[in-house]
Amino acid sequence: MIDTMLITAMVLFGISIAVALYRIIRGPSLPDRVISMDFIGVNLISAIAVFSVLFQTRAYLEVILILGILAFISTIALSKFIERGVIIERKRDS
Amino acid sequence: MNVSETVEFIAALFILFGSIISVISAFGIIRFPDVYSRAHAATKSSTLAVLLTLFGAFIYFWISEGIISVRLILGIIFVYITSPTAGHLIIRAAYRSNVARTETTKVDELKEVYEAYERQQKNPPHHTEDG
Repeated sequence: MIDTMLITAMVLFGISIAVALYRIIRGPSLPDRVISMDFIGVNLISAIAVFSVLFQTRAYLEVILILGILAFISTIALSKFIERGVIIERKRDS
Repeated sequence: MNVSETVEFIAALFILFGSIISVISAFGIIRFPDVYSRAHAATKSSTLAVLLTLFGAFIYFWISEGIISVRLILGIIFVYITSPTAGHLIIRAAYRSNVARTETTKVDELKEVYEAYERQQKNPPHHTEDG
């Protein structure tokens, strides 16, 4: 029973990742693609949590932290690039 | 069915609810007309989905193995803090790079604010302190 529910949850996360992939390919503007990428990262986090529950191991729980940090940093960098055209600003005294 | 199996069933139910909410927000990403409403679907409800799933996994490991996983708690706190922040930043970038809104948009309250800000950036006032 519990295994069936967990496998169903994995399939549903796969469906939502595929749908977000459609938006990445189709999306008319760059922020659409960045939002879908963030959504895929967040869904990967929860899919890994379901995976480690399904296989009764705690070896994959570090991957949750690493993926969370990577998704957040890449979204921040891309939004700064969209807004100002540069990622790292070098301020000079005028 | 003893207590441990019941609590594991509840944890699996949390995970299943999280995945259903994730599918709903994925369809929101496809069906909504412009980038602002898509961000509404993608950031808020997917945050709820991830929090439910990680909480279910936390309860499962707590009951079945008797271990309080600190990594899962850290993951819950991190996602809870950073996901709305990332959504806010990417939507501000989309607004400032003039991504087109849908035609049914009626009110744009940010326009006056940004126009006043750019006017102030162009010719700054001489008196920095008032009074």
